[in-house]
Amino acid sequence: MTHTLAAQINNLLAALILLSAFALLAQRKILGLVHIFAWQGFFLALSTAVIGFASGEHHLYISSLLTLGMKVILLPYILYSLVRKLKIHRDIEAVVNIPTTMLLGIMLVVFSYHLTAPIRELSNLMTRSTLAVALATVMLGMLMMVTRRHAVTQILGFLAMENGLFFAATSATYGMPMVVELGVALDLLIAAFIFGIFFFHINTTFDSLDVEQMAKLKETD
Amino acid sequence: MSLHPFAIELLQFFLLLGLAPAFAGWVKMLKCRVQGRTAPGVLQPYRDIRRLFGKDIVLAENASWLFRFTPYLVFGVTVIAAGIIPLISVDLPLSATADVIALVMLFGIVRFFTALAGMDIGTAFGGMGSSREMTIASLAEPAMLMAIFTVSLASNSTSLTQMVSVMAHAEYVIRPSLAFALAAFIMIALAETGRIPVDNPATHLELTMIHEAMILEYSGRHLALIEWAGMMKLTLFFALGIAAFCPWGISTGGDIISLALAFGTLAVKLMVGALVMVLIETGLAKMRIFRLPEYLGSAFLLATLGMIAFFILE
Repeated sequence: MTHTLAAQINNLLAALILLSAFALLAQRKILGLVHIFAWQGFFLALSTAVIGFASGEHHLYISSLLTLGMKVILLPYILYSLVRKLKIHRDIEAVVNIPTTMLLGIMLVVFSYHLTAPIRELSNLMTRSTLAVALATVMLGMLMMVTRRHAVTQILGFLAMENGLFFAATSATYGMPMVVELGVALDLLIAAFIFGIFFFHINTTFDSLDVEQMAKLKETD
Repeated sequence: MSLHPFAIELLQFFLLLGLAPAFAGWVKMLKCRVQGRTAPGVLQPYRDIRRLFGKDIVLAENASWLFRFTPYLVFGVTVIAAGIIPLISVDLPLSATADVIALVMLFGIVRFFTALAGMDIGTAFGGMGSSREMTIASLAEPAMLMAIFTVSLASNSTSLTQMVSVMAHAEYVIRPSLAFALAAFIMIALAETGRIPVDNPATHLELTMIHEAMILEYSGRHLALIEWAGMMKLTLFFALGIAAFCPWGISTGGDIISLALAFGTLAVKLMVGALVMVLIETGLAKMRIFRLPEYLGSAFLLATLGMIAFFILE
């Protein structure tokens, strides 16, 4: 009974994660993006805890707490203060207009559903159906990196991809070994510092965080 | 004692005809209260309709038969729609003739003729209103169908009575697909019934009105019929939402006591639903018209996500 209920709650959280991935694609304001990213991390942490509770794999609680600390509090805080320091509150330009991006996103979800259908047949974990959502989140993060010009949005797309990968790991095999997860968390933290430094450098060199500006670096004619 | 299905059908027609103005009045009263204004009272729409029926019609010289015909068509088609949506009982003979796709098409007919009538006189406002209405409709209709189809998937039918009877007796599970579909449906219902943030039903300001611009030239009993049909449409959208997403308490047979109970629960649900809508309307500002495609696009996205979530997660 608790098992099916946990599976249902997990499905609901998976749906919310997918929704937040789409919200990231739709949002124009950078601070709004940071908020949505924090929400996505929160749903992810909750879902990890629920899976940990239902499957009895208690190390998932630690991953859940790590996710909560890193992706809901620390990374959004770092991004938030970066945005404040660099004064980039303006709306962001997207390469492709937003409704088209949404339609592309829907196609990606259908694609990942088909891609994971065989695995779904093979697996007997209670989380097998959320694997498609996890893969879709990865792809939507990638789509966000491709369709946005701004460096901060690209980083957010990258972090959303990482969220998707983490979710894929918990839904396919009830999580990676603890060592790997700690390593990934540390990597993310380092990545956060590195991209923080890069933002400053890009901003001072080009006076903007629009990555289109980097085309100036090309040595043409 | 139980009623014949045809008697229930008739009862439902009269229920909608009689109660739609009261519901519209209730919405208006709640809105006034929430915004701190003095409310006109629940019965005001009845008085408005009676006043309009008592007035003479002023017709433009170049009005064609279309302009005179439209109010009756709008009224008639809306009443027919009332026979299809299960309000108090699922035992509706008329419901076998039309499923939910036909229902959306009925609303489409109403809109088509209203838009034509708006252009018939040849005033600038009518044409502007018609053009805006059709822009919104072309985006809202597919999203509406998608939202309803998600419920159809869950209940394996596009017939409304079938959907309602399956959903009313389904065991309690968390369904993300239905949550998405409900969110999409609310967004679209606001657009289709011309409420804030899409249209403002109370305004006659030239640049912002949409539905009001189309019916600006109507007067007398024509206007009364159109206004009455508008109130019924509002009630029907609430009833449709209730039927598709929370049909608990609806009567399955023609038993008088269960019908009375169903009517009671419907009234409570309508009142609560109106409160939700009033809070949404008060909390939001009217959107710029060029942002509407994005708003309706998000509704479509939500509905599609609901459908996908049904396949992936359920």
